[in-house]
Amino acid sequence: MKILIKGGRVVNPQAPASRLEPKSAEPALDAIMDVLIEDSTIIKIGKNISDANARRVDADGMVVAPGFIDMHTHLREPGREDEETIESGSRSGVKGGYCALAPMANTEPVADNVEVINFLNAQAEKYAWTHIYPVGSVTRGLKGETITEIGEFKEAGVVALSDDGRPVTNSRIFMLALQYAGMFNLPVISHCEDVHLTEGGCMNEGLNSTILGLPGMPAAAEEVMVARDIALARWTGGRVHVAHVSCANTVELVRRAKFEGVNVTAETAPHYFSLTDDAVKTYDTNAKMNPPLRTAEDVEAVRQGLRDGTIDAIATDHAPHTHVEKQVAFIEAPFGVIGLETCLPLVITKLVDEGVLTLPEAIAKLTLGPARILGLSMGKIETGARADITVFDPASEYKIDVNTFECKCRNSPFNGWRLKGKAVHVIVAGQPRLLDGRLVG
Amino acid sequence: MRWNRKDLLGIEPLSAEEINHLLNTAFSFREISTRPIKKVPALRGKTIVNLFFEPSTRTRTSFELAGKRLSADILNITVSASSVVKGETLIDTAANLEALKIDMIIMRHSASGAPHFLASHTKASIINAGDGWHEHPTQALLDMLTIKDKLGRIEDVKVAIIGDLLHSRVGRSNIWALTKLGADVRVCAPRTLIPSSLEKLGVKVYWDVGEAIRDADVIYLLRIQLERQKANYFPSIREYARLFGIDREKLRRARKDAIIMHPGPINRDVELASDVADSQNSVILEQVTNGLAVRMAALYLCSGGDIESEDTY
Repeated sequence: MKILIKGGRVVNPQAPASRLEPKSAEPALDAIMDVLIEDSTIIKIGKNISDANARRVDADGMVVAPGFIDMHTHLREPGREDEETIESGSRSGVKGGYCALAPMANTEPVADNVEVINFLNAQAEKYAWTHIYPVGSVTRGLKGETITEIGEFKEAGVVALSDDGRPVTNSRIFMLALQYAGMFNLPVISHCEDVHLTEGGCMNEGLNSTILGLPGMPAAAEEVMVARDIALARWTGGRVHVAHVSCANTVELVRRAKFEGVNVTAETAPHYFSLTDDAVKTYDTNAKMNPPLRTAEDVEAVRQGLRDGTIDAIATDHAPHTHVEKQVAFIEAPFGVIGLETCLPLVITKLVDEGVLTLPEAIAKLTLGPARILGLSMGKIETGARADITVFDPASEYKIDVNTFECKCRNSPFNGWRLKGKAVHVIVAGQPRLLDGRLVG
Repeated sequence: MRWNRKDLLGIEPLSAEEINHLLNTAFSFREISTRPIKKVPALRGKTIVNLFFEPSTRTRTSFELAGKRLSADILNITVSASSVVKGETLIDTAANLEALKIDMIIMRHSASGAPHFLASHTKASIINAGDGWHEHPTQALLDMLTIKDKLGRIEDVKVAIIGDLLHSRVGRSNIWALTKLGADVRVCAPRTLIPSSLEKLGVKVYWDVGEAIRDADVIYLLRIQLERQKANYFPSIREYARLFGIDREKLRRARKDAIIMHPGPINRDVELASDVADSQNSVILEQVTNGLAVRMAALYLCSGGDIESEDTY
């Protein structure tokens, strides 16, 4: 099958020359172009391409970007299919502009053995609307005691390791995991949280937690673990990736480590550059997440970290929870918010429109950044590359309505927000998955 | 002014005018309890549910009696907190009560914000009788009534609140009420029991009790939960009593006529020496009496039965 994407602004991002260069390099390509796809491959990029045999996809006024990659998603399968499945999560992903998702390992059972990974791959083969790149756990049962069979994971297609949802508290185990994973060039994604400091906590510790009478989780709980992980990455030479950066001092620690040349990368999620803990003031459980929403200074630091390249990627930390689970008193609610269908509009509205990132820089955070961290040959629009393409309208303004989401759950603090930016066409390995905003398959 | 709120969830959202309106209403209700027949028909035909998810004798009894003095029908429901771990139980409980056409729910819960959650799911008026560490508005109101009784004013009164501010809903509600009404508020506790950024609420923070109560008009003790010591918030009960407990010796720093307040029940000889608790300075039992009037006022106003208030008090 041939597809011809006509007349869009084709942006092929390029990583900045230096990771911490405030002015990033120009994108490799940013021009009004046509893109011709045959089967699963991009075969031609240029002006005025015509091909009578190709299915024409109109991209006039739109941006043609590499397919987005969410390197931090919770698809809940196996175990909590009432919250999400590979099918529903990947449909939600396509609706949000994603071509690839990396589901975290904290499923039930945990993705801590190759059988579960093989199950995920088999389910993905049958039901997924996007590429699925599983993340295996660092330790068996997420218990932090015994490292998993990382070599076998690599053979099964695992792209990273993480006990996300909880930290590997034992520093020795974390160090050994870094060393062992290093043999297979797999990053270890760290959920940075000192659980002794956050025990019982349910929101950021600060003025708002004091007013609301809710037990707090201090930013120091994140910083302590980031500092440890950086020390261990420096010591072992292993690859540490800091998940969901939420606070100013984490940004600074990662920034300094990168200057030093430590092998560390970082991601943040849209809620950390869009919301402060003021969102908790009404005890809205949709604003309950871990790490928690923090202060305006932290939000500004996260935005600065994105701008100067300290933070390499934007991930969603898509964490679906059912209405019933969230319909409880704040302290009793589970942590997590959904994010696949709100990430792009938040990136456009809160980062691009507010001048934090240029459009090509923003696209790089959603594509090339995660591709490099996970070692995927994605994130570029080039002749010969696999045709994973997201076409979005950056100017389309609309009201977020969670009831229209493909995701099984509705736990979003952004419901009712007016935002700009919407995925219009999504092509996964040459297959149209979203056309004119509608899922096709 | 007129009272326009359906619920009383906390002191934080109230204006000074609203707090005074509640106090004035309470003042006018206080006389009822001195009559031979201690009952008025103000809430006749109304049904009030005491919904307590946490054990409480004092507050529940006080609310029950307040409702009865106003001729309301009272239903007491005590639920174990474990049965509402699932939120739908809480909503179901509210829905069932609403189906029985009740008018008000007085709610105590161990989770901060639980009454707010319920208020958004029911048409009945919700009165917060204490939620987690968050607020205990009627306690603060009865404390204000007591201070006003004893000192004639709240503005510029020097109040030292001593004890576990971190876990105290009484402390928070009192800080809101006192600062809104213009008192000079100092708080004192071990550093580990002072919540983050508390000074931003307009209070001065002390670790030294002597400093905190210097020239104080009111010394307000908060109850120390003995299990806090096991969680290492302070090294021993003995040390807490020595450093932060109020005894005759420490009391000398305060004004001679300073009043001693406590929301009860007291840990005698821990936060408060027994002889001080029973001294003439102590107004602890008057607080209890005022609690009845304040709760009558809260029930009356939130049921929509407001009268134009005059600042008679």
